[in-house]
Amino acid sequence: MSTTHEEHSHHEQSFITKYVFSQDHKMIAKQFLITGFLMGFIGMMMSVLFRLQLGWPGESFPILTFLLGENWAPDGVLTPDKYLALVTIHGTIMVFFLLTAGLSGTFSNLLIPLQLGARDMASGFLNMLSYWFFFLSSIIMLISLGVEGGPASAGWTIYPPLSALPQAIPGSGLGMTLWLVSMAIFIVSSLLGSLNYIVTILNLRTKGMKMTRMPLTIWAFLITAILGVLTFPVLLSAALLLIFDRSFETSFYLSDIVVAGTALDFNGGSPILFEHLFWFLGHPEVYIVLLPSLGLTSEIISVNARKPIFGYRAMIGSMLTIAFISIIVWGHHMFVTGMNPFLGAVFTFTTLLVAIPSAVKVFNYLTTLWKGNIRFTPAMLFAVGLISTFISGGLTGLILGDSALDINVHDTYFVVGHFHIVMGLSAVFGMYAGAYHWFPKLFGRMMNHNLGKAHFWLTITSVYGVFLPMHFIGLAGVPRRYYSNSAFPLFDSFIDLNEIVSAFAILAAFAQVLFFINFVYSALRGPKATQNPWDSNTLEWTTPVEHIHGNWPGEIPAVHRWPYDYSKPGAASDFIPQTVPLSEYEKDEGH
Amino acid sequence: MITFLIFLAILLAVTAIVQMLSIYDLTSVIKGRKAFEVTEKENKTQAFLWLIFVPSYFIFILWQYLVWGKYMLPESASVHGEKIDGLFATTWSIIIPVFIITHSLLAYFCFKYVYNKDRKASFFAHNNKLELAWTVIPSLTLATLILYGLKTWNSVMSPIPDEADKVTIELFARQFDWTARYAGEDEKLGRSHFRLIKGFNALGVDSSDANAHDDILVKGEFHLPVNKPVEFVFRSQDVIHSAYMPHFRAQMNCVPGMATLFNFIPRYTTAEMKQKTNNENFDYILLCNKICGAAHYNMQMKIIVESEEDYNKWLSSQKRFLASN
Ligand code: HEM
Ligand SMILES: [Cu+2]
Ligand SMILES: [Cu+2]
Repeated sequence: MSTTHEEHSHHEQSFITKYVFSQDHKMIAKQFLITGFLMGFIGMMMSVLFRLQLGWPGESFPILTFLLGENWAPDGVLTPDKYLALVTIHGTIMVFFLLTAGLSGTFSNLLIPLQLGARDMASGFLNMLSYWFFFLSSIIMLISLGVEGGPASAGWTIYPPLSALPQAIPGSGLGMTLWLVSMAIFIVSSLLGSLNYIVTILNLRTKGMKMTRMPLTIWAFLITAILGVLTFPVLLSAALLLIFDRSFETSFYLSDIVVAGTALDFNGGSPILFEHLFWFLGHPEVYIVLLPSLGLTSEIISVNARKPIFGYRAMIGSMLTIAFISIIVWGHHMFVTGMNPFLGAVFTFTTLLVAIPSAVKVFNYLTTLWKGNIRFTPAMLFAVGLISTFISGGLTGLILGDSALDINVHDTYFVVGHFHIVMGLSAVFGMYAGAYHWFPKLFGRMMNHNLGKAHFWLTITSVYGVFLPMHFIGLAGVPRRYYSNSAFPLFDSFIDLNEIVSAFAILAAFAQVLFFINFVYSALRGPKATQNPWDSNTLEWTTPVEHIHGNWPGEIPAVHRWPYDYSKPGAASDFIPQTVPLSEYEKDEGH
Repeated sequence: MITFLIFLAILLAVTAIVQMLSIYDLTSVIKGRKAFEVTEKENKTQAFLWLIFVPSYFIFILWQYLVWGKYMLPESASVHGEKIDGLFATTWSIIIPVFIITHSLLAYFCFKYVYNKDRKASFFAHNNKLELAWTVIPSLTLATLILYGLKTWNSVMSPIPDEADKVTIELFARQFDWTARYAGEDEKLGRSHFRLIKGFNALGVDSSDANAHDDILVKGEFHLPVNKPVEFVFRSQDVIHSAYMPHFRAQMNCVPGMATLFNFIPRYTTAEMKQKTNNENFDYILLCNKICGAAHYNMQMKIIVESEEDYNKWLSSQKRFLASN
């Protein structure tokens, strides 16, 4: 291994193999990060645009026509069709492109080899393919915005028959076909990535890196990857069957349909089948989005509290439990589809169980802070922010998971508030925390702390301003995916609250510009990083600041202890890197 | 012109921030400060910000509750809905204290344990008793919630006993309106088939079925008798819709190709509810709650609950299916 690496670092790489079709995991991580953030930026701008319509329904905003064109927003007012188009693509981009590919792609790629002591991923080539499939699917998704009829508009859940019948909604024409193609390619990318992560974690750990000495980041990536491999293929099959129904007149999901005055020949299918297949991925997907962030913040909180993460084994156990339970709860999205009430009861039971490992995680985070010695770097701020969002959003899950209560809040704004906080914000906070924390590793430079702090406080204030009021709006019975609430006198009481939400959404978007500037400026001109800026124990900080192929110039260091020896009694400094052998007075705690 | 000015302003703002950044970097180099260092003062400020952020967060929620809380749904207008509301209240009474306690701890720890270079953090890596405690306590709490939830769910979803006196109504959805069909005197809905759906026969009712002859189709608004079980049958002709009647704590999807069911007993007439809510314009509504296309946001029907007498009067003034053809 080390001899081949010597040869590698000496021969010159062309621009193309170094920056474009790179097989180096660090470069691929950067590619995922930048592509993910760009997609996220587009997704966020979409939410601001449709929030304009929701905050001030029917009012004319020339900027809408300017950005979206006459077709989408004649005279500055978004059309109902295109409102749904924006919501659909916003959701799709945020969940899949930003928080699945962008998040896992970046940090699994960056940290798995670096924190485990490997020269690279098990297969650099598959890794490269994974990125380029992701890139291709992003491009196709963006192209779908421009096609005749507009992009997919049936919601990110694309339930048939709405998504299957071009007669039902303009977005179910070519736009929907491209959505399906894009997602199929996306799933291939995700599977290639996940398989690579799993194989690398299982096989390429350096000497002494027992599974029980792996940082929690790696555990999170491993569990996420396994979850992805188990469930994404089911979404792929759901999409394929939908393609058949759409293009080859099969009837997997369709039956007894009259649309636009014509009876169609579909017979014997059921849209409910699609819902089962979709949510079999769809629910684990929220943990595919969330677990990496929980892993990143576990690491960041421990480093910055200068204290071992509390309950390392319980943290692993709870992640495994959460992942396992997440596969058997999908029916909670379908309580009011007419499913057998007994089945509903079973899904209520399994769903509410998730609260137990989640509570364990929260208490463990809090205990890690207790009697810590806390440094508030921007990464730490976002990590603590994640604890707040995870609590705030998780608790309302007790309502949605309870079938009897879900009857009245299903598909209302209460759901939108809940999932944005517990999944959207938590995952985004974790991703930002990771970006700030590992920026020196990614780009060899430091980000500006002051801008980072301003970014954090503006963000947490404005996003709570966006998503908390939605709970109240939802409890009043306002449905989601409504172009406007003005058709019901009942909802007029919320006109001002909706304006407040939209104003906060605009503020939130501006706050992200601070990050954007900080990111670009620091990557190009920020102060040079030192090798281990955060006094951290993990292996990635033993590699040189400048990226080299193969990661370590000489031998790969061996590991002698777990990664959380912070503030160990008797030690001279408040951290002991994993590469330091146990001294005589330390007893081996089995890590 | 305005667009141009906005772009100019944004450009200026970005340049200003970038300039400030480079000046900041330069001065910190001069002061010999390391780029990754967080000074004691900065740490203290952040810790203090957490201490004020969390109470402000509580106040923000409280403020919304005080201003908009009164627009939440009024007390349940159906019998089973009262059980749901009870479960709601219990769940909130668990959620709110947990929310407040955990957030308060978060703020307090952030404030209290802020970095101090003369102090060392406590090396507290695990404690079986504590971990057991916070596995067992949530488990017990959840066990209670689950049992209570399932009991409520089972009673809400249980069918109306066969011998009970009930009203049967079919709610038929299509893009983008609702039709209600009453079973008529025979209390049986006539057969229907999607191939029979034609302009005048919007539900595809089969007129060769004798049960269909006295069926009654209404649009715009439909009426319910108070205190009498109503059995709803839901159907859709095109895409999935969802029949949502928030005041009755009732919702069920309308799925093409199958019929779904829900039933409830209305508890207050529209007039009574107008009084309860102190709102002359109050009306019960049925709205569509599953994305179904451009006019999804305006797919509604008014519901009127009245005494059985008034209800019967209204019903007999409606046309029978056979007569309407
Ligand atoms: C500034 C940030 C954001 C704002 C203002 C925002 C706003 C919204 C709003 C108002 C809706 C509901 C629209 C409707 O139902 O009519 C929505 C839908 C959605 N958002 Fe966001 N969002 C933001 C960020 C995110 C993030 C980070 C995620 C990642 C999970 C996300 C995922 C979704 C999803 C999955 C939907 C559902 C789409 C659908 O109904 O098909 N959003 N967003
Ligand atoms: Cu779920
Ligand atoms: Cu509808």
